[in-house]
Order: sequence, then C-alpha cells, then structure tokens
Amino acid sequence: MSITLKLPALSPTMTEGTVSKWLVKEGDNVSPGDILAEIETDKATMEMEAVDSGTIGKILVAAGTSAPVHTPIAVLLEEGESEANVSAEETPAEAKTEKTEKTKKAEEKKPEQKKESKKAAPKTSAAPPPTPVPPSSGRVFATPLARRLAREKGVALNQIQGSGPHGRIIKRDVETATPAIASSASLPAVDPRSFYSPDSFEEVPLDNMRRAIAKRLTQSMQQAPHYYLTVDCRIDLLTQARKRLNERSEKNKSGARLSINDFLLRATALSLIEFPDVNSSWADAVLLRHRHADISIAVALEGGGLITPIVRAVESKGLSQISAESRDLITRARERKLEPEEYEGGTFTISNLGMFGIREFTAVINPPQSAILAVGAGRKVPVVSEGGKTSFAEVMTLTLSCDHRVIDGALGARFLGALRERIEDPFTLLL
Amino acid sequence: MSKYDVVIIGSGPGGYVAAIRAAQLGLKTAIVEREHLGGICLHWGCIPTKALLRSAEVYHLLEHLDEFGLSAQNPSFDIGAIVKRSRKISKRLGDGVKFLLRKNKVDVVLGEGRLGGSGVVVETGDGRKELASANVIVATGARARVLDGLKPDGEAIWDYKNAMVPETLPKSLLVVGAGAIGVEFASFYRSFGAEVCLLETAERILPVEDAEISALAREAFEKQGMRVLTGATLVSAKVESKGKSVRVRMKDGEGKETEEVFERVISAVGIVGNIENIGLEEAGVRTERGHIKVDAHMLTGAPNIYAIGDVAGPPWLAHKANHEGVLAVERIAGYEGAHPIDYASIPGCTYCRPQIASIGMTEEAAAKAGHKLRIGRFPFIGNGKALALGDSEGLVKTIFDEKTGALLGAHMIGAEVTELIQGYAIARTLESTEAELMRTVFPHPTLSEMMHESVLDAYGHALHM
Repeated sequence: MSITLKLPALSPTMTEGTVSKWLVKEGDNVSPGDILAEIETDKATMEMEAVDSGTIGKILVAAGTSAPVHTPIAVLLEEGESEANVSAEETPAEAKTEKTEKTKKAEEKKPEQKKESKKAAPKTSAAPPPTPVPPSSGRVFATPLARRLAREKGVALNQIQGSGPHGRIIKRDVETATPAIASSASLPAVDPRSFYSPDSFEEVPLDNMRRAIAKRLTQSMQQAPHYYLTVDCRIDLLTQARKRLNERSEKNKSGARLSINDFLLRATALSLIEFPDVNSSWADAVLLRHRHADISIAVALEGGGLITPIVRAVESKGLSQISAESRDLITRARERKLEPEEYEGGTFTISNLGMFGIREFTAVINPPQSAILAVGAGRKVPVVSEGGKTSFAEVMTLTLSCDHRVIDGALGARFLGALRERIEDPFTLLL
Repeated sequence: MSKYDVVIIGSGPGGYVAAIRAAQLGLKTAIVEREHLGGICLHWGCIPTKALLRSAEVYHLLEHLDEFGLSAQNPSFDIGAIVKRSRKISKRLGDGVKFLLRKNKVDVVLGEGRLGGSGVVVETGDGRKELASANVIVATGARARVLDGLKPDGEAIWDYKNAMVPETLPKSLLVVGAGAIGVEFASFYRSFGAEVCLLETAERILPVEDAEISALAREAFEKQGMRVLTGATLVSAKVESKGKSVRVRMKDGEGKETEEVFERVISAVGIVGNIENIGLEEAGVRTERGHIKVDAHMLTGAPNIYAIGDVAGPPWLAHKANHEGVLAVERIAGYEGAHPIDYASIPGCTYCRPQIASIGMTEEAAAKAGHKLRIGRFPFIGNGKALALGDSEGLVKTIFDEKTGALLGAHMIGAEVTELIQGYAIARTLESTEAELMRTVFPHPTLSEMMHESVLDAYGHALHM
C-alpha cells in the first residue's frame, strides 16, 4: 500500500502552504528523518521530513505551488511497490497557482484520500493538528459527490456528521454544513434566523474581510487565554510636547503634525524592546521572540471592517518618520490599497478609540501576536497634590490585553508600567 | 378481538410489501383487499401489460426473421392465446403474493376496508368486521381518470382493463393520452397490425420525458406506421353501429377540426386516487387534488394514519409505492434505518418498442434549475451488442452538473433500456460523480457499454464515436 504524503499543518493558523522546494525527486529512496521538502507558509519556511522509508513514487504538487493543508503532495511507495501502485486517486486536491493542464485534468478525477496518514510530519514537529480535527481522524466515509462538494465549499469532512447509511456523509450533509471558515465563527447550533420572523430582517452576505475578522478573532478568543490590565497615564507633558513640536513645524513649514498615536507608537516600541517577552508569539511548540517592534495600527474602514497596517521596526525610527509612515499606511488602508506584507505579521497592536470619546475598553488580541493595547480618550481629571491643592490633569486610560500563554501577569504589569513612564515623561522618547 | 400493530388497506405493490416488511419487523399485521391480492399492478397493470408486450416483441422478431437468416411459414398470432398467457402470469404472481403473506403470517381480510372503529372496518361478503389497530396504512391505489365525453363502455371505448383483454384485434384504434400507459397500448396494438392513432394534448408525447427522447420516440413510432397527433384535443366521441365503432371529432394544434371513425378508442388520460368511501374525512385525513397529503414519512397528519403509493400522489409507480410502504412501516416500528425517499431518483420505464427509461432531471429541467450542464450522448448504432441484437435504434443521454460532476439525469431510448436504468439509479443513490462512472468497468459486449460511453462523451472523450 502506498503512502500519501500530505501538506502538513505547520502552525495552528495555517490553512494553506506552498511547497517552496522539493529536496527529493521521483524515484529517490528516503529513510525516516530525511528532509523531503521545504514548506512555506505566510509566516515561515519549514522542513518536512520523512517518517517512513520508501521510494518517492510521485510528486503531486510541483515546487512553487500552494495548496490547502492536508492536500496530498506526494506518494511514497513502500518496498516492493512500483509506480503502478500510484493510482489516479492521489492527485492534488486543489493546487492554486501554476496549475498545469495535466493537474487540472487530474483534478476532475476524484482525489480520495486513500490512506489517512500522519506519515509526514514537519521537522519542527510536535505541532498539533491545525484545525480542530477530532482526534480520531480515521477514514471518513463520504460519497464521491459529498467529497467534491466539501472541497468546493471548504468544509472539512471530518467535521460533518453523516446522515447516510452507516453514518456515511452524503451530499445533503455537506450542503447543510457551514463552511469551515465560518463554522469556527458561527458557533450557534440553532440557526439565528429561527428566532426572528422571516420578514423582520434582511440577510447581508459576508464579504471576505468579515469572514476573516470572524475567523481570526473567534480563534483568538478561543485559543489565547486573555486577561486585561488597565492603567491611567497622565499625558499633560506629552500633549505639551506635542503642541510645541507641532507649533514649531507649523512655523517652519516643515514636518507634519504629530498625533498622540505617534508618541504612543514610539513609547510602545521602546517598551517592547525593553520587554522582549511581551514582543513574542505563541507557536505551539516554541515561542517566537521578535527582534523588532513591528506595530500594527487598527484602522477602521468606511463601510465596515478594519485592517491593521504595520509600522516596522518602530524602535529604530524617530517621531516624524513614525508619523509619516503611519499616516501613509492609514491613508492607503482606508483606500484598501495595502499589500499583504503591509498588514500581515506585526508583533503588537495598538487600537485607539479615543476619538470616539471612549474612556476605556478591552481589545481582542490579533493573532499570532500576544498583546494588544486599547487606548481611550484623554480627559481632564481633578488631582490633589501632596500639599492638598487641587488641580486638573489630563489623563488617558490604557488597557493591555495579554495572552497568558506568553505573558504572565507580572510581566504584563511591568511592561505596562514602563509604557506609562514613557508616556508620562516624553523626554524618554528621545532615548 | 385482537389488536393489530398495523392494518393496511389495499394489497397492491405498496400494501403487500408494507405488510411483509411489517411482519419482518415483528409487527402484528393485517391487510385488507377488496379484489385481488397484488392489486392493479399484478392483475391489471404492470405485469399483464408486460406479458402482452413481450408477445408483441416476439411477433415483431417473427416478422423480421429474414434479418437473422431465419424463415418460418405463415407467421401469425392468436390474440386470445396472447391474452390468456398474460392472465396466467398475473394469476401466478397473485398466488405468489398470497404465499408470501401467509409465510409472513400476515392476516388477509377480503372485503372493502375503511377507516373507522378503533382501526379499520371491513365490509366482507358476510358482514362487518372490525380490525382494531394502533396504526393504519391507506394503500388504496388509483383508477383511470375518466374524461368528460369519453366514458369507457367496455365495448367500443376502452379503459386500460378492457384494453388488456381484447377478444379481437381492432382494425383501427385511437389512443387518447400519450403518457406511459397510452404509449404502451399504442405500441402493442400497432405491433399486431392495427391502424393506431395516438392523440396527446401536450406539445409532445411522453411529456414527462426529456424532449430529445420524446422526439426520438415519436420518430420511431411514425416509422412503424403509427399516427401521432400532439397539441390536439378530443372534441367528441360517439359510439355508433351498436358499439362497433366510434365517430371521433378531433381538433389539431392549429385548431382545425377533423372527423374520423375508429373501431376502438382507448382512454389513457391519467389516473385519480381512490380516496372515496374509506372514511378519510371523518378520520381527519386531508386530501388535495385527488390524493392524500402526506409528509416525508408518509404520515397523513391524522395520528397514526399513513398513506402510500398512488393514493398518496405521483409519480404513480409501483416501485415508488413499494418504497413508501417500507418507509411507513419502518417508521411505525421505530426502525433506525428508516430513510425518506429521494423522489428525484425514482426511475421511470415505458415498455413500448423502442423502450424508454429515465431517472432524474430532463435537460430542460436541469437548465431551468440553474445548473451548468455537461451532456453526453451515445447512439445504439455505435454499440456492438445492439447491432448483434438487431436493435440499432436508440440513444443513451446523460446530464451532469459541470461544477460538481453530479449525475443530474439519464434518459434512454432503445432495446432493454428499462433493464439498464438501474445502473444510473445506483450511481445516483451512491452520489457518484462522472469520475466513478468513468472508472466503472462495464462488460463487453453489452448494451450497458453505452451507459459508459455516454458519460465519457459528456466529458468529451467517448471512445467509440
């Protein structure tokens, strides 16, 4: 029996990947531990190693082709088997790019998973299965049509309850299943429509951004244990500094107006570098401690949705550069003109609802990051000095959401304290 | 008085099968029949007509012996003997049903059954009998629809029953209605040399079949010398010469009226459910346009009263009744494997010459449903077995959904297609796509190879075309 090697899931969020390079070719003998291929995700390139020994019978997905997780990518022949054992079944499910006419044809044939195998494991390993696959991922019984519909609809068959004979998954089961992308988001088992009279609402189709937000943030709340830390910062000095700098650039007609956010970005970046454990990501087997403070800014879009463009290596940039860069990113974000690399892969996010008069709020962590800072509106509060004199101070409330897998409470508190110090004493931003 | 788990009214192919299944599931079961065990199907429908049509088929071969290098002197037929053979076969099957019911310990009660008492009340020849039962299945079937002005008299104007037991072969015959029943009678009588005219109000014969198949059928019938009038209506039919002939006024598609005299007229204008005098209304069973309304599990809405088969609505097919009977009983028994019927996957067969068989959607219906289609066709002329049989007339047409490869429909005309259609029925039940059908090895040389080729053709790679 030949073994189907499938595109491994290298991280919990990985839904598709690219075989960036094959290190073996058809006919090569491989032993356990040999590196078969390099698999690229949107975040990293990882090696895929052989678990069984045998001969590479057929490579199903050409280098440079991306495919969904679990797509058969090669067939490993065990001893005594010949290429003839490679049936038409082991054909790629859905290769996204560089589809040759041949693979297209092959696609018309039904790719059935002949042998559900966990025979190919990523070298970084110990990575648990990606999507919430039930542990018993034995053979899934489904009709050919159900399989094809599931693939088209993006529904994982092992998440569907079959209603056919012996629990076989039939067409109707797939038709009534929610696509995987939405299923993680829409948890209610009962159709919400059933609570309302049919003409009391209109149905608004989901766009891709809405789906992505639903998927990623549901995943975040489900997988990252959130906790929240709140602190008040006096921003009198910061607003003063900002005012002076802005007056100066106005007078000299040089440089742009700085916003509070620009100061916050700089203060946060310096604090992240000081506390690199906060500037980290959970990667199942390991923590990724990022070298730079790449800060995502949450930008609301007109007509709904939001996107988080990233100012890279903020710690190495001065206020005016941060200001110019973020202004440009925000403008293009609103025009929906960002390149994927401009909004994918930040290490920390700042979300500011101060302009709406929100005093404080908690934000959902933007995975795979580990923390997000929620910024409220500045406000005047009376303060009593040691001498008993009452005056007014300008105060802003910050709330940090932390992923407890990465950031423990004391660490989060120290980070937030350091950030407050920088905000309250803007001279530190010169450092 | 013993109490039954289920009593079934009517012992046609729906009722008697339901009774057997009920007995298998351990239910105490009784079945009520007013005429013959086995119902219309066995006695006045499917089976005797197939026996008649087999005679027609053999006679057709006899007339074409020279094509096979054979000869015979004075081939002839005896209509009485043909009918007798047909009756004998019905009788034998009826006895078979009696045996099956006895073997399964089903109580058979002869008489007119109706809902009432604490179950079913039966008027037997010698009195009234009450069968108390927890559940009742109404399986009373249907009868021929009678058209105003064309009331069968059993002499010159025939219904299906009369048409099945002719004493002599009419010289000229008008068949009103070109559904499956009308077409089969037209084909039978034409085979023995009657001048047959087939009249249909719809724009084409066999209106439920795929338009392409129905056009091919018409072509084949006309080649056999049948007259086919479509879009036509019957204006009047008057029996003359003491029942020796019928004067018929017809209006064709353009509204032109003609008058003609036929020796016999067969009325085959559909059927209506037997919903009368069985106590439906009193029991709270709702009916709609001549049949009983049921849910997906054959429940009528009145507690513990089920309806199956023709009386529960179209398609009026024995195999549909049969499955509904099994479903109703399994539902009553709480059987776990009970499953609703996929009405889109019920094959239909017409045993005229050439035969017609189909399943699923017609091309027109599939396109209307918004599918993007892939259509395959393979003609009988390209098939070795068809040529060897001397039956090179026909077509196998398959319709796939381009997006999913689902087999939306299959439509066949030609020799033995009624035996072939089950292959596509299995494919549909298993939810096969074109890929599984392409990979299936069909034996050579058989007519079934055309089923394979038609699928290949839908994807542009038929091998023998």
